[in-house]
This record gives sequence, C-alpha cells and structure tokens, in this order.
Amino acid sequence: MALLETKGLGMYFGGLKAVDNFEISVDEHELVGLIGPNGAGKTTIFNMLTGVYLPTEGDITLDGLSVIGKKPYQIVSMGAARTFQNIRLFKDLSVIDNIKIAYHNEMKYTTIEGIFRLKRYWEEEEKAQRECLDFLKIFDMQDYADTLSKNLPYGKQRKLEIARALATRPRILLLDEPAAGMNPHETKELMETIHFIKDKFDIAILLIEHDMSLVMGICERIVVVDYGKIIAKGNPDEIKNNPDVIRVYLGE
Amino acid sequence: MAKISKKNYIINVLAIILVFLLLKFFIANGVISKYYLGIIIFICINIVLATSLNLATGFLGQLALGHAGFMAIGAYVSAITAISLKGSGLPTTVMLIVSLLLAGIFAGVVGIAIGIPALRLKGDYLGIITLGFGEVIRVFINNIKMTGGAQGLTGIPRISNIDNVFWITVIVVTILYTLTNSRHGRAIISIREDEIAAEAVGIQTTKYKVMGFAIAAFFAGIGGGMYAHYIAFLDPNTFNFMRSVEILVIVVLGGMGSLTGSVIAAIILTILPEALRDFANFRLLIYSGLLVLMMIFRPQGLFGTTEFSMSGFLYRLRHNQLFSSRKNLEEGD
Repeated sequence: MALLETKGLGMYFGGLKAVDNFEISVDEHELVGLIGPNGAGKTTIFNMLTGVYLPTEGDITLDGLSVIGKKPYQIVSMGAARTFQNIRLFKDLSVIDNIKIAYHNEMKYTTIEGIFRLKRYWEEEEKAQRECLDFLKIFDMQDYADTLSKNLPYGKQRKLEIARALATRPRILLLDEPAAGMNPHETKELMETIHFIKDKFDIAILLIEHDMSLVMGICERIVVVDYGKIIAKGNPDEIKNNPDVIRVYLGE
Repeated sequence: MAKISKKNYIINVLAIILVFLLLKFFIANGVISKYYLGIIIFICINIVLATSLNLATGFLGQLALGHAGFMAIGAYVSAITAISLKGSGLPTTVMLIVSLLLAGIFAGVVGIAIGIPALRLKGDYLGIITLGFGEVIRVFINNIKMTGGAQGLTGIPRISNIDNVFWITVIVVTILYTLTNSRHGRAIISIREDEIAAEAVGIQTTKYKVMGFAIAAFFAGIGGGMYAHYIAFLDPNTFNFMRSVEILVIVVLGGMGSLTGSVIAAIILTILPEALRDFANFRLLIYSGLLVLMMIFRPQGLFGTTEFSMSGFLYRLRHNQLFSSRKNLEEGD
C-alpha cells in the first residue's frame, strides 16, 4: 500500500479550479518530484496535503488513514512534515531552539513539572539537548547551535528548515522548492543532503521544484501539473521527452 | 547542565534575599519613609502586571489591550473574597493567599473564555477586540450591586504589605521565567516567531495561544488582588483603557519578550512620574517625551528579547566586556 495517496483531489477558489482531479501515490522510501510552471497549483496541492487548506473534493490518505479535516499539527503527528517555499524559521531563536521546538512532542513533561522544574523536567530537557545536538551533528551544523537562525547563511537556513522538519520524525517529507534562490553550488550540496536524509532516516520525499537539474538528477518518478491538472507522469527520461511537458515549459 | 544551574539558583536566591533584607533594613532605619514604601509596593504590583502581559504580548506575540480588565476581575474577586472571610478568624496571610488564588483563577477562566474566540484574530484586530472586552468588564463591574458599582467598593481588608507583596512578585516572576524556559514556553515563543511554521512542526497553536493568554490573565488577576488589598478601595474607573496602556508601555519599554526588561521598566516608569512631581506641569510632557525618544533610538526596548543573568554578568565582568554590546558577544568577538 502506498504511504501517501490522493484520490480525485480538487480545490476550487470560487469559480477557479486551482487543482482538479489530482491523483498521486508515494510509496515508502520513494523520491517523487512534482513540477509544473508558475501558478500550476503545486503549492496548493502541498497545502492540502499538510492540512492548511481543506480540499473541495477528493480524499488524501496517509498510511491508510484519511487526513481530510485534520489540523496541520495532527498531520505532523501522523508522519508528514514539510518545509516552505519562502523559508519559515523561528528567526530570533537559536538554531538548537528551532530543533527543540520541533522536538516538543517528544518531550512528555507537564506544564507543572516544567514550571517547578521537577525531576522529569531536567531529565527530558537534558535528553532533548543531547539529542538535538546529535541531530545537528548529522547535518554538520553543531557549530552553529547557539547562532540565531536569522544570522545563518541562506543555504544553511534551508538545511536547518529541513532538519527541523525531520526532527518531528516524519515518514514522508514534503519539500516546497528547496532550491529556490540557491546558486548552482548550493543546489548541488542540497541534492546530496536530500539523498543523504532519504537513506539516513529511511523516509519518502515529495518534492516541488523548478530547478530541472535538481529534479532530473534525484527524482525516481516525476509528476507534471499544469492548470491544476496532471499532464504527465513517469521517470525523468520519459518526462524529458514528453511532448506535452515540452509544450508547457517551452511553448509551441 | 544541572550542576551549573544549581550554582546559579543559589546565587539568585541569595541575591533576592539580600535585596529583601536591605529593604527591611532601610525601612527599619527610616531611610524608606511610608511614601517611598508605597511606591515600592506599586512597583511590585506593576512588575506582576507587566511581566504577565509580557507573556501574552512579548512571548506569545499577541497584542492585548485589555489587561486592566483582568486586573479588575482579580481586584474585585479578591476584595469580595477577603471581605466575606473577614470575620472567619483566618490568619491574614492565609486570607491573602486564598483571595489572590481565587482572583487569579477567576481572571484565568475569563481569560480562557475571551481567548478562545478572540485569539482567532491577529494583530490590530485582536488589539481592538481585547480592548473591547476590557471595557465590557469595567462597565459590567460599574453596573452590578455586588461590586458597589460606580460608588466603589469599600471595607476591603488592607492585608497587602511589603513582605507578602515582595515575595509574591518574586514567585510570579520566577514562575513566568521557568515557564518561558520549558517546552511549553518554547511552543508559546514559536507562535510569536512564526505561527504557520509552528503548526507545521506539530505545535498545537490554538491550545498554546489560549494557554499563554489564560496564564497572563491569571497573574493579572493576582496583580489586581494585590492592588485591591493595598489601596483598600476600588473604583471601576481606575481599570479603564489607560491603565491597560500604562502596563503595555512598561512591556514595550522594557522589551517585548524580556522579563528582566519588564521588571526594570516597571521600576523606572513607577518612579518617574513620582520623581517628576516637582516639575508639575511638565511632568507628563517629560514622561511622554522620554517614550518617544526611546522608541526612536531603541525600538526593541531596553532589553529586546534578552534576559539579564547573574552568571552572564559575572562572565562579562571577568572578561572585561561589561560595556561591549551583547551582539559582539554573540558573534564571538
């Protein structure tokens, strides 16, 4: 059974069909790319998958359970984490605090235990500190632990956002244009990071991207949307040679 | 980590006890007259009000303009409880604690009731709606019998004194500090930083917004109770919109998201109007002028979002960096 599956998914804003009859399935440990020109409805699809928008029609299942009507934080606890097109970090907090916030639900002490600093507070805070540092080490960012996240270089901010999403221990990671605004060198580094986390955390990844070198380079399967409709599906080679895709991207 | 904190705890506790003893010493010596003592008690009350509002405005990031309303609820609930307990022969400290707890709980419950619908809104809209609720509470109190209406409430036992007010303030600030440094506090701060991102990493934003708002209301209620038991007379019109603004000014001046900032600003802004009494007509002019200058030259407030820490202070003292800005320290300068 597919990890993430949508059936007849549609989203209308008034009379505008932003997404229409969108169907996709992502298996465990699979890397799928979602591409399409500007305004094709990619981010709308992401927002439906993560509970920001309520779809007008259709169904989304995560590991067999429907996520329709669930709040974003509930979907996170069901195992889907995301990043944003324009980076959304907790800017005025340190790098490690960014991770710790995502780690929130891993800690179990109550408000009272936190306020009066009882034993469990110390145990779990120390454990969190240790594990979050280990987590940063995986991304080679342990030296930045106490830096304010807004002071990080751009590429590192992207990396931190991905790390933060992974700290919620997802089974599928949704990346919304991770290479946006990156130079070729940073993009290459990002490709390696994505490959690395897929194997390291054993997760599936759904990726929206404009950067063709990135998409063609790492995706196993690609779905192309235009005007809210799927126009092509297949592996990178099939997509490259698909006449519809060429028409959409290059014109006739 | 635990070891260092233990040392810090002891330093902090000792520092607070030292301040308290100095205070007692000066009172016994007559250096602090009754007039000054009154100002110190008002400073403590303002600290409680400002730090609690800081939780809602500075840490949670929600503009709340109805803090005087919660203070009013606390003041009246506490006053009425104490009046009805007057003949029961309870020791005054117990009476005060019971009254203040009830005051806090009442204000907190109203905070939840107002917070659930109001916190769906953001920014200016939330400001207006909390302003509205604050006024509703005041007008409500003005028009019911139990509170004495516009004539005011008299006969309140005068059981706030410097000892209990000082320690209650210390406890409130400590609780707020430990709260904001726990996982729940981080969740609250993450909402200020970016609500959408907070929800996307699994934070139950609605729950924590209401929680932060309710805790702020709870402590505002306690602050109101302390006020009621010191003044011993309550007039609904003291809890008007301007009172809310005064508390907000303390928070903004001290730095949104800094408890130490609120404490320092509460001290400054309580003393300043009194100290300027000699200038009579220019008093308000100087006061407001200072605020304008402050916002132009240091819009983030005295402390920004940072806290003063004894260990950090000692560290800087040892490394001769007392006057270099924090920014340099952060960049490893």
